[in-house]
Order: sequence, then structure tokens, then C-alpha cells
Amino acid sequence: MKDLQGRKERIDRGIKVRSDGIYAVSSLREMLYLSGPRLLLIAGLLLLPLLLDPFPYWKRVINILCVYALLAIAFDFLANCVGLVCLGGSMFVGLGGYLAAVLNVHAHLPVGLSIPAAALAGAGISTLLILPCLSLRGVYFAIVTLMYPLLFTRGIEAFDLLGGSNGITGVDSFPGTYLENYIILLILLAVLFGLRRLLIADIGLVMHAVKDNDQSVRASGIDVVRIKSLAVFIASFIGCLGGAYLAHVYMWAGMSLFALDFSIIPIAAVTIGGGGVLFGAVAGCLILVPLSEFLRFFGTFRIVLYCAILTAFIVLKSEGLMAYCTRKYEQFERWADA
Amino acid sequence: MSILSVEGLGKTFGGLNALSGVSFSVRKGEILGVIGPNGSGKTTLINCITGFVRPDRGKVLFQGADITHWRPHRIARIGVARTFQVMRPFYSLPAYKNLIIPLWSPRARKEGGWRGGGKHGDRDTAAIDILEEIGFERDSRVPYKLASTLPTGYLKRLELARCLALRPEIIFCDEVFSGLSASEVASMLPLIEKLKMGGITLVLIEHRLRELFKVADRVMALQFGEKIAEGRYTDVIEDPRVREAYLGIEEI
Repeated sequence: MKDLQGRKERIDRGIKVRSDGIYAVSSLREMLYLSGPRLLLIAGLLLLPLLLDPFPYWKRVINILCVYALLAIAFDFLANCVGLVCLGGSMFVGLGGYLAAVLNVHAHLPVGLSIPAAALAGAGISTLLILPCLSLRGVYFAIVTLMYPLLFTRGIEAFDLLGGSNGITGVDSFPGTYLENYIILLILLAVLFGLRRLLIADIGLVMHAVKDNDQSVRASGIDVVRIKSLAVFIASFIGCLGGAYLAHVYMWAGMSLFALDFSIIPIAAVTIGGGGVLFGAVAGCLILVPLSEFLRFFGTFRIVLYCAILTAFIVLKSEGLMAYCTRKYEQFERWADA
Repeated sequence: MSILSVEGLGKTFGGLNALSGVSFSVRKGEILGVIGPNGSGKTTLINCITGFVRPDRGKVLFQGADITHWRPHRIARIGVARTFQVMRPFYSLPAYKNLIIPLWSPRARKEGGWRGGGKHGDRDTAAIDILEEIGFERDSRVPYKLASTLPTGYLKRLELARCLALRPEIIFCDEVFSGLSASEVASMLPLIEKLKMGGITLVLIEHRLRELFKVADRVMALQFGEKIAEGRYTDVIEDPRVREAYLGIEEI
């Protein structure tokens, strides 16, 4: 009876309160409390290739997982930190991949140069393409960004450009599987922590403000279009980085790099993981990508299972896994009298 | 000396003449009140001057430079600040972080002048300083609260603070007193006076005449997008056209 009348209240854990200020540096336990989750993520990701050493197939899954995580971070950053719902993930991957292949095969750039060069060039092209529709909002912006990858595939198909439907073959691969794994893992970690740094800096606040109310940002003497295009450049750079890497892993760049999976799965991952904190995007990919590999066992039936699991996550934990875990980590619940 | 002058400003929305050739000028350091019934074009006037709406005709001159058709952020950068009638704070940020946005703008960075100064000055402290100046209790939790949890009175002040952070030459206030209680307005009035003492020119659009007349040096009345009177407030409210349009025909 008491339970029925009572209500649950949430209270911050003592250690969370104690470690709130600068004084957390005075105690090892509180420092660990603060940095623990991050260290766990870094160590976990870096150990993954070693643990999966006996399973070459799963070592390759790490690569695609990281690419999806990069795309999910880019989506989360644009959607929840700047307010642009961008479905251009497949455009970023496609542009990055094709540019890396062209730079590598035709311009003979080594892997170490072709990836960053392709990412920079791809980000430039994507930003220029998205620039005219930056004044659109919400779903209208999303639709335009979804259109571009379709435009590219049809263009390549119709005019038989860049190898047409055969794609570009003969792209250099990485010297070893460990290097292949660790390059993308390090890129992922650098992007994740770099972007979080950016978001707590003043320019990150300005981006948040653009999402909140762009008119007030204009009235504050800041060029909103410039801030938005900077954000799009950063996000597309991250996406193109993933695409360029993928072309080198596959040793091939073809139209399947423009596959809509690269736009859709990151959104599902952010939905599961929880938006706005970037870690959620990575957590979502850590669940979704291995899950979809496991389900391959079921053949075509896997899409049904995949959708069922996705729906279950959305219905049962609609706040996102990351928000749920953060709450559990920082607060405890108890029954209180109503 | 006039800091801003408007010549024949006109704007049409569809078939509606929101503004039909309004001309006036604002003197440096004064408080100009703008009054007029609902739909008389007061807010459109501000929007046209600050670049949020493109005027169809006419010119806006600020300190001698023609700023007609400039984009809003460029106009803000030369020191023309504005508040919005419907308050537009950054709701997901704490109150003091709201001011980081104008403090980050090229104008505020160039002007500097806050503690720590210069390009890399301490913007957080500067933000709290400005909030204190505008009536947030410095040692309370109010400046650190999310803007979405603040009551209207504080939000109105936050709008003004956002303008102040730009170190403006002139502020256009779109109904800063509306929605406030009499005592809240009474505490805002000295603030307005203080800004004027600090050398900032103010244009107040207001419905609450009694409060406006306490601070305004001059008053301008609009109706149907036209200026119908201008001058000292005693003259303006005596003007038969203003009486008819705005205050009603009967004796008050």
C-alpha cells in the first residue's frame, strides 16, 4: 500500500555531487568516477582488435562499425547541436570514397595522403552543395540532403563516369589488418573527443544557440549561415573520412558507397543511443552493427528481427540508452512519501 | 546630432501597407518613444531598420552610412541592437551563457573592454557582470538557471542584456514593459535611465504610455504605417489625430 501512495524520487549520488567542482582533483576515487566511463570506452575500443584476433571476419566488422559510428557522430552533431537534420551520410561516404579512389589510382597518392585529402575535398564539395539549402529547416532540409546521393548514383550510371557501374578498382589497401583496425579506431576517438571539446567551447555554445533560435543569433551580430556551413563542413569532413577509409578497405570505390544505409543506420543508432552527447551515437553503433551481423544467420528474415529489436528499444527506452545509463550512473532512486 | 535617420521607409505585405513612407531621425543619446495602436507598423519599422525585413522603399542611415538592405548580423555589428517583442532567449542555455553569443560576435570581440579584456577575455565573467548590471542578483543562482526556467521579468532583462553585450550605440526595444507587473516596470525604468546615462541611444516601442512618458524625451505616433505626430509627449497626446487614432475621441 505504501508503495502505491509513495512516489519515486531521484537524488544525485554523493560522489556525483562531490566531484562536480574543481575539487574533484583532490581525490583519486572522484577522479576515477569522472574519467571512468571515458577510459572504459577508450580501453574497450582499443582492445577490441586484440580480443577479436581469432575471428578475422569480426575484425572487419570493427572497421565498418567505426565508419558507421563516425557517420552517427556527424548526424548527432548536426541534428542535436546545430539543429540541421542532415540525411547526407551516404553522400559523404560516396564522395569521400570516390575521391580517395581517384586520388589513389589516378594521382598515385599514398594511403596516408589520399584519405585526408579526399576528406577535405569531399567536405568542401558537400558544403558547397548544401550551402544553397541552409535556409531550409527541419524535414525540408533533410529531404534535399537525401536527394544528393541519389543524384550522384544516377549521374554516375547515366554518363558512365568514374568507371560507371563497375566502379574504380585497384585502390591500395592498408599494409596489415591491425593497422586497418587501429587507424579507424584512432580516427573515431580523435573525432569523438575533439568534437566534444568543440561543443563545450564558446563556438559550440553559438552552435547550440543557432539550434535554439537563429533570429537571436543574427541579432547578436553573428552570421548564422557561416556558423551553419562551418558545422556542415565539420560533419561532412567526418563522414568523408569514413568513406575514404572504406574505399581503401574495400580496395574499390563503386556506387554502393552511396547506399542509403549510410544515411539511415546512423539515425537508428542515434535514436537507440540517445542524441546530443555524441557518446550515444557510438553506443548505438556498438549495439546495432554487431546485431545486424549476428542476424545474418537468419537470412532475409533478419530485417524483421532487426526492426523488432529497433522498435523495442524505441518503445522501452525512448530517452536513449546513453541518457538512461547517465541517469543510473549519477543518480539513485528511492521511495518517498507523497 | 542625429545618430540614425530614416527616410521614406515603406513596406507592403501583399496588399497591406505596413509602412507607407515613414521618415524620422533619432538624436544621439536620447530616448525616443514610438506609440501607435495595434497593427500600426511599429514592429515592422524595427524589423526594417534592423534588417530582419527588407523594406520596399526608403533609406536607413546610421551614423551617415546607408545600411538599407544590409543583413541583420551586419547591422548588429555596427552597434544597432534590438530586442524581440516575443522574447527569444536561448532556452536550452543557462542565463549567463545566453550572453556568450553576443560576446563572441566580432563586434564584442573587437571592442573588448571586459575583465581579462581583448580577444581571449573571460567571457563568462563578462556575462555575469552584464547580468548584474541589468538586475540579476550576482550571488544568487538566478544567472546560472536555464533560460527556460526563468520568469518573464528576468527574460525581458535577459533580452536587454543580450543587446548590451554587443556594446551597442543604439537599442531598439520592442515592448520591453509588456507582460510585466507595475512593480516590475517600476524597477525597469531606472535601468532604462541608467542605459541612457551610459551614452546609449534608445528607441522604445511601447503600449504602456504612462511608463513610457516617464522616460521618453520625445515621442512619435504611428497609425496605418504613417507617422501622424512627433514631438514632446505633452504635445503628442494633445494632437487631435493621435487622440482619435489611439486614445479614443472622448475626453480623457
